Amino acid sequence: MSLAAAIRTRDAAALPSRREEDWRWTDLRGLIRAVPEPSAPVDPREVGQGAFDHLAETSFVVANGYEPARIEVAAGQAAIVSLRFLSRGEGAHAARAEVRLGEGARLRLLETYEGRGGYLAAASLAIGLARGAVLERIVLAGDDPEAVSVSQAEVTLAPAAEFGQVVAASGARRQRIETRVVHPGGDAKLRLDGVYLLDGKRHADLTTVVEHRGVDGITMQMTKGVVRDQARGVFQGRIVVAEGADRTDARMEHHALILGDRAEVDAKPELEIYADDVACSHGNSIGALDQEALFYARQRGIPEPDARALLTEAFIGEVVDRIRFESAREIVRQWAAERLRRG
Amino acid sequence: MLEVSNLHAAVDGQEILKGLSLEVPAGEVHALMGPNGAGKSTLSYVLTGREGYDVTAGSAMLDGEDLLALAPDERAARGVFLSFQYPLEIPGVPALTFVRTALNAQRRARGEPELSAPEFLKLARGAAQALKIDFEMLKRPLNVGFSGGEKKRMEILQMAMLSPRFLILDETDSGLDIDALKIVAEGVNALRAPDRAMLIITHYQRLLDYVRPDRVHVLSAGRIVASGGPELAHELEREGYDKYARAA
Repeated sequence: MSLAAAIRTRDAAALPSRREEDWRWTDLRGLIRAVPEPSAPVDPREVGQGAFDHLAETSFVVANGYEPARIEVAAGQAAIVSLRFLSRGEGAHAARAEVRLGEGARLRLLETYEGRGGYLAAASLAIGLARGAVLERIVLAGDDPEAVSVSQAEVTLAPAAEFGQVVAASGARRQRIETRVVHPGGDAKLRLDGVYLLDGKRHADLTTVVEHRGVDGITMQMTKGVVRDQARGVFQGRIVVAEGADRTDARMEHHALILGDRAEVDAKPELEIYADDVACSHGNSIGALDQEALFYARQRGIPEPDARALLTEAFIGEVVDRIRFESAREIVRQWAAERLRRG
Repeated sequence: MLEVSNLHAAVDGQEILKGLSLEVPAGEVHALMGPNGAGKSTLSYVLTGREGYDVTAGSAMLDGEDLLALAPDERAARGVFLSFQYPLEIPGVPALTFVRTALNAQRRARGEPELSAPEFLKLARGAAQALKIDFEMLKRPLNVGFSGGEKKRMEILQMAMLSPRFLILDETDSGLDIDALKIVAEGVNALRAPDRAMLIITHYQRLLDYVRPDRVHVLSAGRIVASGGPELAHELEREGYDKYARAA
């Protein structure tokens, strides 16, 4: 069942539950007894500035579900757009956005999730790239620690299109950023990266599903997480290579650092391959900070808290460095540094 | 400078150093030689404060200050430097960033002003040139993908830039070809000074042909069992450690 449907019908029984394999670790049915009242409209004076607004030519705000956003970049055009999903209060709301790129169009989509309150929010995005279009999607998901927030994007690529994404998530009571991509092959390139930095009792779930349907498709995926206190990180990555999608090149990596005895990471990397002659791999590791590297840094005079921050920032930096849009990259780097240094 | 007295240390409950005493006065270079398993690396880790190396008795003083009471980074700020036998790779941290962080942390701890970016870069360029290290390499993550010889040279570069007072070189000659060995030895010799002391830990006397020690000590089964002048290193090279292993 979908969260948007549950919000629309106010039927808690329709919430995604752990009985569904994909929602095993982010069980909303078990968490929410009753779907809250619909959210009230947000006072436009409360909207303020978003983290990326100064970089964008156009800004869209979808506040407590209003109004649905439609972003279109015509063939051959280029744009930088910020898209803010804003949530206020204790109600429930579902937001929608549609993003369309014409042939050869280029878009830098700077997306944020911002909120205050114990809201229940759903966001659905439909993203389509025509032949040769290039989209870099940078998502800064900073919901309220008391909120439940789920974002689901359906991405459709035409051949020779290029879609790159990095999700930077700081979690919520429950936060899930889900990306589903239909990959046509035909030299289309897909990069799906993610970072989650969680403390307190925050929970973040980064879920991706990629379906390779044609020959010569490329998918590169790297997710890294740092969890402390009683936080919980979830990574689910599935790559399906359909029959006939030969010469697919897909690589998935997930690495997490657990910096607290009561923190938890659950990871499920999956490759389902029905084609021949493919190069697919996945790597997954969950561990603590390298004690030898920590001692090495301290021997050189770096005090322990600084050494820990240096090594965790470097760990996350490998993903942040993959962001192509330099100004946005520095905002994400700053966002990560602030979170890692306050521990 | 360094005074180690009756030092006992254990790893996982097993005693490795069994009453080691050693004095290295300022201005001198001492070599510590001995068979594998004698406790050479253990001594270097005990002096630098690595976790898991438990001192059960004895003392180690640097200029009269109790080293063993200090955290590893505090010892570094007092001027203790260990050139690691196996330098660590630090993915994601450019060598320059790492050294600048270390140098400025040490300076802060000593109450000295931090170096500005231009001052630091000038220092780094000079050190890289002296050690024939391509400056571009310092922009890459520290030691990641570097050869064994490059890693050792990076250790000496850090040593030159941090300008420590008491230097411990743990098997710095291992993994070096003869050209790299000469460059490293020159780097080490350049750091010899009246207010500095060095302890060179080595299994072979090869490095000692280029960095001539004032004294040579033989470590066997956790104790210094013989001490002498540079000629002792040659004797060990000829005759091996058998005699000392028995003496222990």
